[in-house]
Amino acid sequence: MIRLENLTKAYPMGKRELEVLKGINLHIKKGEMVAIMGPSGSGKTTMLNLIGCLDSLTSGSYFLDGREVTNLSRTELAQVRAEKIGFIFQSYNLLPQFSAQANVELGMRYAGGIDSARAQAALERVGLADRAHHKPTELSGGEQQRVAIARALVKNPPLILADEPTGNLDSHTGEEVMTILTDLHNEQHNTLVMITHEADIAEYCQRVIHFKDGLIVREDAS
Amino acid sequence: MRKLLEPLANAWVGIQTHKLRSVLTIMGIVIGVGAVITLMSIGRGVQEQIISNISSMGSDIVTISPGATSERGVWSAAGSATSLTLEDAEAIAEEVPYVGVVAPYSSSSVQLGVGGNNTNSRVMGVTPAYQDAYNLEVAQGAFLSEYNYQSGSKVAVIGADLADTLFKDIEALGGQIRMGTSIVTVMGVLESEGTSMGFNSTDDAIFIPLSTLQQSLSQQRTSTGDHVVSSIVLTVTESAQTDNVVDDLTELLRDRHRLTAADEDDFTISSMEELLSTVSETTETMTLFLGAIAGIALLVGGIGVMNIMLVSVVERTREIGIRKALGARERDIWGQFLVESAVLSFSGGLIGVAGGWLVSRLISNAGLMGSTITTVVSSDIVALALGVSIGIGLLFGFLPARRAAALKPIEALRHE
Repeated sequence: MIRLENLTKAYPMGKRELEVLKGINLHIKKGEMVAIMGPSGSGKTTMLNLIGCLDSLTSGSYFLDGREVTNLSRTELAQVRAEKIGFIFQSYNLLPQFSAQANVELGMRYAGGIDSARAQAALERVGLADRAHHKPTELSGGEQQRVAIARALVKNPPLILADEPTGNLDSHTGEEVMTILTDLHNEQHNTLVMITHEADIAEYCQRVIHFKDGLIVREDAS
Repeated sequence: MRKLLEPLANAWVGIQTHKLRSVLTIMGIVIGVGAVITLMSIGRGVQEQIISNISSMGSDIVTISPGATSERGVWSAAGSATSLTLEDAEAIAEEVPYVGVVAPYSSSSVQLGVGGNNTNSRVMGVTPAYQDAYNLEVAQGAFLSEYNYQSGSKVAVIGADLADTLFKDIEALGGQIRMGTSIVTVMGVLESEGTSMGFNSTDDAIFIPLSTLQQSLSQQRTSTGDHVVSSIVLTVTESAQTDNVVDDLTELLRDRHRLTAADEDDFTISSMEELLSTVSETTETMTLFLGAIAGIALLVGGIGVMNIMLVSVVERTREIGIRKALGARERDIWGQFLVESAVLSFSGGLIGVAGGWLVSRLISNAGLMGSTITTVVSSDIVALALGVSIGIGLLFGFLPARRAAALKPIEALRHE
């Protein structure tokens, strides 16, 4: 599903360049559930953004689903994000002016079109059918994250990227969210790549990759 | 359908989220469009009024004046020459087809007096046909008859205002007016025409038989002994034939006046239709000019829309990032902001049309600066104003929309 070859990413810092990723080689197979761990500033979020086609890499190559995406145009990258990738963010990133239902529909907006019935089904799947018409500000953190999960999964993308999905939640709600995420993963067989700081959250995944200073330092199977 | 409505609904949500700001933003458009509608409806109203005034004088009227035109529509020596005669008028009535009534007239300046009231006026010496040519309505008494004309009766028909000026509270009909050295008896008073924007109002006029005028005031004759008149007015029985009639008149008069091919016409023929088209062109230009001035307000309103859309782009940077993460292409974002600014200024346009319509109604009912103007809000003005307001939304939404679309997804997402 994902193959990174000698991937580097550097940001300009005044006159010098700050190298955040220093040559990543990684292969993630279809249907795998992978956790990425590491201290802050180790480059894991940068790598997730690169995998998500949100940012451009400095050197190396990136193959997604067998296709080289390194040199795609901005419009083609948008297409890839629309069709292949579902994002789950630490801070949920729901649009505050829209209801839960409309937020889930937004997940389909750029990927073939809105289907209200499917959006409803997705909300039901994460246990929020009765909250469909509430705005994000009227929902708890856990509920908001479940709406975000429904939004990411409603178009059934082959790849789900989650950046600390439980980072803003208490451990109990975090576990609930992880249960839903795991169940959905088992049903839909998407590839799931997730950043987390918590070891017990990482335990839900089959592979745990450890980052340090822009490099992969260790990999565990759990 | 859904594909069409969804962006509109989205834009509506965006506008509703900031109600006060949206209202303030569209104020500029509202005022601009309102001003365009109001000013142009006044322009149109004036135009229609002038045209109807001219038409009420008879759109089928052709006037022949002595003297040549030096340039189109400018009478260089009109009125001063003495080339037209009573006999010309008689020949026209006999020889030119499609001519209805022929009304030659002369005019002369005299002092009029009744008791102690004196006023200076222009006396019109006319034939009975003059009444038919201009559809003059008589309120009291009668208009000059053929008998009066033939016998050179010392009688007069006067306009409503002149009757008030001279006779005040006394009955005008049957009263006597000193006119120069002679005295005429009032045999008729005309219906008041009301204000007609200074166009040949008969309210201040005094009409006497042409023969009487020629005897008592002006006895001009040509070298061949013909009676000189100031002007000849005639009606055309079929308006479609106006041009032919003008050609025939020219030919006849040139022949009668013994002009060679090298000579210029010593008369000028103008039809009311020609005047009508000149006037409507002029007033249309005035209307557009008024509209253009109001358009400046619209332009300022457009800049207001751009300003607010730029602020909106900064504020919604994170939303743009989220949408891009969900797969929005640049043109999706671009379109979204463009639709939003178009909807914003279009709603301003709608409110402006309603407001402008209301104000022009008020002007119609209450009057403007003392005069009554019936304003006309025509559908083409409304369509123009609405079209321009959408156009302004698109034009001034363009830059903000571009800026929104060009944001990098990762930076937009990180924006707090």
